[in-house]
Amino acid sequence: MEQEKKPFIEMLPKVYGLYTGGFIAFIILMAVLEQMGLGAETIGILFIAFTVVVYAGIGWLSRTMQVEAYYVAGRQVPALFNGMATAADWMSGASFVAMAGGIYFGGHGYLAFLVGWTGGYVLVASLMAPYLRKFGCYTVPDFIGTRYGGNLARLFGVIVLVVASFTYVTAQINATGTIASRALQIPFEVGVWFGLFGILLCSMLGGMRAVTWTQVAQYIVLIIAYLIPVIWMSNKQDFGLIPQLVYGDAVQRVTELEQLHQVGVLKPTESFAGLKALTVPFVAAGGVMEAWKFVTLAFCMMAGTASLPHILMRYFTTPSVKSARRSVAWSLFFIFLLYFTAPALATFTKLQILDPNLASGIIGKAIAEVNALDWIQKWSTVGFLAISDSNGDGILQINEFFMRGDIVVLATPEIAGLPYVISGLVAAGGMAAAMSTADGLLLAIANALSHDLYYKIIDPTAETAKRLIVARVLLVVLGAAGAFVASLKLTSILGAVAWAFDFAMSGLFFPLILGVWWKRANRQGACAGMFMGFLSGTWYLYMVHWGGMEPWLGIDHLRFGIIGCSVNLVTMIVVSLATEEPDEATQKMVDDVRYPKGETVLSASH
Amino acid sequence: MSDIAQHWAETRSLTTKILILWFIFSIGIFFFADALNSFTFFGWPFGFYMAAQGSLAIFVVLIVVLNTKQEKIDEKYGLAEDE
Repeated sequence: MEQEKKPFIEMLPKVYGLYTGGFIAFIILMAVLEQMGLGAETIGILFIAFTVVVYAGIGWLSRTMQVEAYYVAGRQVPALFNGMATAADWMSGASFVAMAGGIYFGGHGYLAFLVGWTGGYVLVASLMAPYLRKFGCYTVPDFIGTRYGGNLARLFGVIVLVVASFTYVTAQINATGTIASRALQIPFEVGVWFGLFGILLCSMLGGMRAVTWTQVAQYIVLIIAYLIPVIWMSNKQDFGLIPQLVYGDAVQRVTELEQLHQVGVLKPTESFAGLKALTVPFVAAGGVMEAWKFVTLAFCMMAGTASLPHILMRYFTTPSVKSARRSVAWSLFFIFLLYFTAPALATFTKLQILDPNLASGIIGKAIAEVNALDWIQKWSTVGFLAISDSNGDGILQINEFFMRGDIVVLATPEIAGLPYVISGLVAAGGMAAAMSTADGLLLAIANALSHDLYYKIIDPTAETAKRLIVARVLLVVLGAAGAFVASLKLTSILGAVAWAFDFAMSGLFFPLILGVWWKRANRQGACAGMFMGFLSGTWYLYMVHWGGMEPWLGIDHLRFGIIGCSVNLVTMIVVSLATEEPDEATQKMVDDVRYPKGETVLSASH
Repeated sequence: MSDIAQHWAETRSLTTKILILWFIFSIGIFFFADALNSFTFFGWPFGFYMAAQGSLAIFVVLIVVLNTKQEKIDEKYGLAEDE
């Protein structure tokens, strides 16, 4: 296998270089066709169809029947490419479509998500990734089960993983459905199944190997799709080619405009389902309570990042411990490229909408005039925005303009008057983001169930072929279950995403850290910790979200992981100390994990 | 102390330092975001800047510093991987 794959690894820069060039050529071709009169709908369909077919092709080429290739991509993914794959795995439909909108509406308070979703990688690099890579496991419960010993610990690991990842994956399938239904002009319920079909094509035949190489391709599409519109818009508004470095003045201008339009003073008097009016000033950070809410949310997202199995397992695919570490740095760099652009995009959109001196500014203009705008009509017919003259003065005030946060990314190209090809590109980017995350999550769940539950617990004598078939069947079943739940439209995209982080940190954060950093941690402690942590976190979520309990110290349903992981930590320490220390073999195992030299702790084909 | 124990002691001390910096820039400064907003940094209110960009960039740098120093520690004790 080594000999067979070597040339392919060396050709990667060339292959993806050509791919990037091909994608840019495709964008230019679409732009030319648009000028020649090709309709907006056709362009949207071509963008989605072309990219999804390419991903499916990569998935087909990466098919495999080898365990090592299926579970960890043969452990030969170079650090830089693993960084790209992780970034795509990481940046979900929510990051791509909803983040800039979240900043638009939430201002400083929402930026806690950005800090949390990047700061978590410092924890991954310093506490987790290199050590788990040295361990040589296939899945995260594989580490828990081997380090602590016994099927119970492994089973708890699997349960936490499944709950956290499934919460997350329905939101992603939902996002693929939304984008596919809009671009292909099909009903949402059909779009969801179309999205799932694309997702499975990328993962089913080749497992981790196929997901890795499609995720790299998806990262390239999503980052191009995110950056081009922002750079174009900023150039139009004379902010230059690297708007991320110079939008500070625009932030101050937005603050002035918000005072002018009385943002935060005028409250909406009507409500539209799923739509919001702007009521939170952009920059103001607020008092002690706001600061507390900011840091608790950031902490939950960071600890969650360091506990989410679909991210951690990406670092099992690198050739060495050193490259696992370097690959965390690359991951964060590639994520940073999008995350430091999102606030700039939110700022420009605010400027476009609020500034009366700009042609696109609508607040303070006559309602009849605003209602005549193309993009207003188009997006209000699909229920993404609403305008209502609440006070009957014929002028649009800030509290009379309602929209969905997603619009900031999806409609900004139109608001700023960019050609339709850009909107098609953005749809392809959103699709790539949602598909890549869904793939990583589904694979994490199916791998844990097939490797840890089926092979390690139920049938340790199962043959390779049978294990890999079970893994694939599970992938399809789980995907279908996810698509079914998504088609019921139960949760908004972002609420569910934050919950996944809280579930993961409640159950896994301290068992993973202490497994490496505290030799004395034993099976009894880990099992009790995971059980109590996960249970208390879930109970707290239920009580504050549905049970009518008053959140304690502002720790609401987005932050329940704080309760879960604290209970987990205390239980784990108390129970570990009250029971006997781990045996010699386990202590030796922990010693071996702590330095890079030598064989992995688990043998290659365990 | 054996090489392995020494290696782990240095690894632990490096990790602690990185995590202290991580704590300052991910949690610490945001308790004072409002106060930081009272001065500007290349046009940005500073508290907003740190949340939107500054801390994020610092995290990238922190990981690169961690990796570089950790690789040196591994080599110093002969515990790096054979290439």
